[in-house]
Amino acid sequence: MSLGPYASFIVTSYALVAAVVLLLIIWISADYRRQQGRLKEIEASGVMRRSGRSAADIR
Amino acid sequence: MTLTDLANPTKFLALTARILPWLAGLTAILLAVGLYGSAMAPDDYQQGATVKIMFIHVPNAWLSMFVWGVMSVAALGTLVWRHPLADVAAKAAAPIGAAFTFLALVTGSLWGRPMWGTYWEWDARLTSVLILFLMYLGLMALWRAVEDPSRAARAAAVLTLVGAINIPIIKFSVDWWNTLHQPASVFRAGGPTLDKAFLWPLLVMAIAFSLLFITLHLAAMRNEILRRRVRSLQMMQANQQAA
Repeated sequence: MSLGPYASFIVTSYALVAAVVLLLIIWISADYRRQQGRLKEIEASGVMRRSGRSAADIR
Repeated sequence: MTLTDLANPTKFLALTARILPWLAGLTAILLAVGLYGSAMAPDDYQQGATVKIMFIHVPNAWLSMFVWGVMSVAALGTLVWRHPLADVAAKAAAPIGAAFTFLALVTGSLWGRPMWGTYWEWDARLTSVLILFLMYLGLMALWRAVEDPSRAARAAAVLTLVGAINIPIIKFSVDWWNTLHQPASVFRAGGPTLDKAFLWPLLVMAIAFSLLFITLHLAAMRNEILRRRVRSLQMMQANQQAA
């Protein structure tokens, strides 16, 4: 597959989209782990939800 | 499961836990098919291989407007129906929409340089999309500036609905003004003008990116619900310590 004289523009476009999408996925995953960690810390300190269920329970 | 059931954050979290892996898998498969179709698509008679940029530029441009539409519906949910998850949906969508709009602008520029001879032109389509990007950033700043989530939600909802005026301006700018940007070639009266060889990879990529947004949005909404749970438990903790 030849990309012609403007190959650098095409490759840069695809690489940039891949990088930004990957960053979004990493950011959202890391945020999830951070919130779960904070909930576990709060639970360990003895604070419970009104329902009595675990703070980090998402089921 | 009804929309009323989904007003319960715990039920919503249970639903996302079940469907997120399936959505992520389907998104990955469709992205792979779309990328294969993009790679195999023939060169355009005028643009050559540069036409391949269209397969990622158009889905991002479509999502830049679609995400604002989702936030506008969520804004109505906040202001009119007082749906408990409406502002969660709006807040979670803003950074994702900003990312897609940024990608639409940059991939458009990277297509424009070899095809138009310039990275940027202050024409109606490009300028209105740049304004959309700045509005996303403004909305994100507003969410961060107001500490109380319900007060921030009302202010953000008003700004979102005012900003929604820009969406038809973006869509029809190429018809209303004499722009450098070409007119619509997919969603237009009389059907698409694109050849099937370009149309099917483009549609697969558009569906794949739409599913990517839905997946990321649900995951970000889940994070926002947990963030609010942290906030309310911390307040309970502070009250217990004060008592």
